[in-house]
Amino acid sequence: MHSETVAGLIAGLRARKYSATELAQGLLERIQRAQPELNAFISIEAEAALAAAAAADRALASGSAPPLTGVPIAHKDIFCATDSRTTCGSKMLANFISPYDATVVARLRAAGAVVLGKTNMDEFAMGSSNETSYFGPVRNPWDRTRVPGGSSGGSAAAVAARLVPAATATDTGGSIRQPAALCGVTGIKPTYGRVSRYGIVAFASSLDQAGIIARTAEDAAILLRSMAGFDERDSTSVDAAVPDYVAGLERPLNGLRIGLLKEFFDQGLDPAVEACLRSGLEVLRNQGATLREVSLPNLPLSVPTYYVVAPAECSSNLARFDGVRFGHRCEDPRDLKDLYERSRGEGFGAEVKRRIMTGTYVLSAGYYDAYYLKAQRVRQLIASDFARAFGEVDVLIGPTTPTTAFEIGAKMNDPVTMYLNDIYTIGANLAGLPAISIPCGFVTGLPVGLQIVGAHFAEERILNVAHRYQRETDWHERAPEAYR
Amino acid sequence: MSLSRRDIDNIAHLARLALSEAEIPVYIDSLSRIIGLVGELDNAATAGVEPMSHPLAGQKQRLRADSVADSDQHELYQRNAPQVMAGLYLVPKVIE
Repeated sequence: MHSETVAGLIAGLRARKYSATELAQGLLERIQRAQPELNAFISIEAEAALAAAAAADRALASGSAPPLTGVPIAHKDIFCATDSRTTCGSKMLANFISPYDATVVARLRAAGAVVLGKTNMDEFAMGSSNETSYFGPVRNPWDRTRVPGGSSGGSAAAVAARLVPAATATDTGGSIRQPAALCGVTGIKPTYGRVSRYGIVAFASSLDQAGIIARTAEDAAILLRSMAGFDERDSTSVDAAVPDYVAGLERPLNGLRIGLLKEFFDQGLDPAVEACLRSGLEVLRNQGATLREVSLPNLPLSVPTYYVVAPAECSSNLARFDGVRFGHRCEDPRDLKDLYERSRGEGFGAEVKRRIMTGTYVLSAGYYDAYYLKAQRVRQLIASDFARAFGEVDVLIGPTTPTTAFEIGAKMNDPVTMYLNDIYTIGANLAGLPAISIPCGFVTGLPVGLQIVGAHFAEERILNVAHRYQRETDWHERAPEAYR
Repeated sequence: MSLSRRDIDNIAHLARLALSEAEIPVYIDSLSRIIGLVGELDNAATAGVEPMSHPLAGQKQRLRADSVADSDQHELYQRNAPQVMAGLYLVPKVIE
């Protein structure tokens, strides 16, 4: 059962091959067993999960079960949920119980999904390796000496290790796609505004977007269908109809115009990773797609642009953690200023403080124009580059990451080296575009990801391309040896 | 570009973050490197380019009517508060 896809589980549950309770029990056991090795979870919610599974079994027996009834999933611990703590990977929120549910949590519950727990992540989603979590690093199931990527490292590791068939995740600069690539799974970041941000602990509000990590594009389509759509409680949620992502999966690729992102192939790409990517492109070409090189000249400025915009928004969003209304409070504050400063100094980890300070600096008097406004202008140039490219091609394809998973500890001493991991993923966030990473091969036993970027609201198309690729390949079916 | 100890002290003050002595040199070094990285933006020609204010062109921030939508839930919200008394959040004395 643990290697079944979401699509397979929906069919299996409805055919009574197994019950939702058996399924939840089996996966909870796997999660408990893997936890000392991978640390993929922050909270394991056995009791609540089994109660939800029992309810799912009753719904299945009654014949009026919503689409995901009994399907076990996990939520990244950035989604507020009332049934257990929501920590966001931080000491600041280590004991926080949300008084309300995120829209994504509520919608997936209403669709019948059974939540087995909350997954580990970089603190406040700030990191590319899952090493900044207050609850310890997550390990990559393909090689436990290596990182799973981040910030949604727990969700990606849990899906790769067959602990859950799918998990929710969020992506501000690559936090769904980069860990999906490094763990050999499928991860989609939808268009900005497609999925509600209500109840997601905010990091950088003009970039944050929720999505899904699963093993197949089909499963991602099934789950996204239940998550996406307008929400009046998110002021940036887009009021547009959600297409049936599943219905569009089989569309033939004849005549599909693929643009190869020239700048991605130029910049520091490992030749072995490039070789995997090139053979992946052949699979698409053999199905009738045409390939041409496309240049986005401002794209190399994505990383510096991001490291102004994201920290600026982070410093503003994280100002709410004041040690007064919720979150960590220091012992015996002398006065209010001491209360603020020590509660924040103790509650936030090193990387979060670094980002808050970077953001404070670029927004401070005398620097705002030079950094923040300048970055917002360059962001406009990058978005225009993408818009121009989508006048010529249907999708853009490139690598998800420059290399395969690196060793735990290898990049922790130099933040700039760590930030450059996101060089290929950040562009889609800056421009608000949907993008998906799918497995396309291995280099010395470690997975490689292929990234497909679509035009605004073209989730259906990128899922379709990913699905057609996965019909012809079996990279997404490979499992790490210890977790088959 | 290199930041000084004074710069870091000032930023930490603005951000209301208490830093230990051991953290200061680490942040002098790493923030200087980050500011160096973002300095690459100086090379971009942006004359006449409007700063981007929303990732989706033409989208505007939606506003809702200023009407009562939620019931009083302060007891529920205060369950997460470090210190409350009689329904009030407690902080150190501000005015003597």
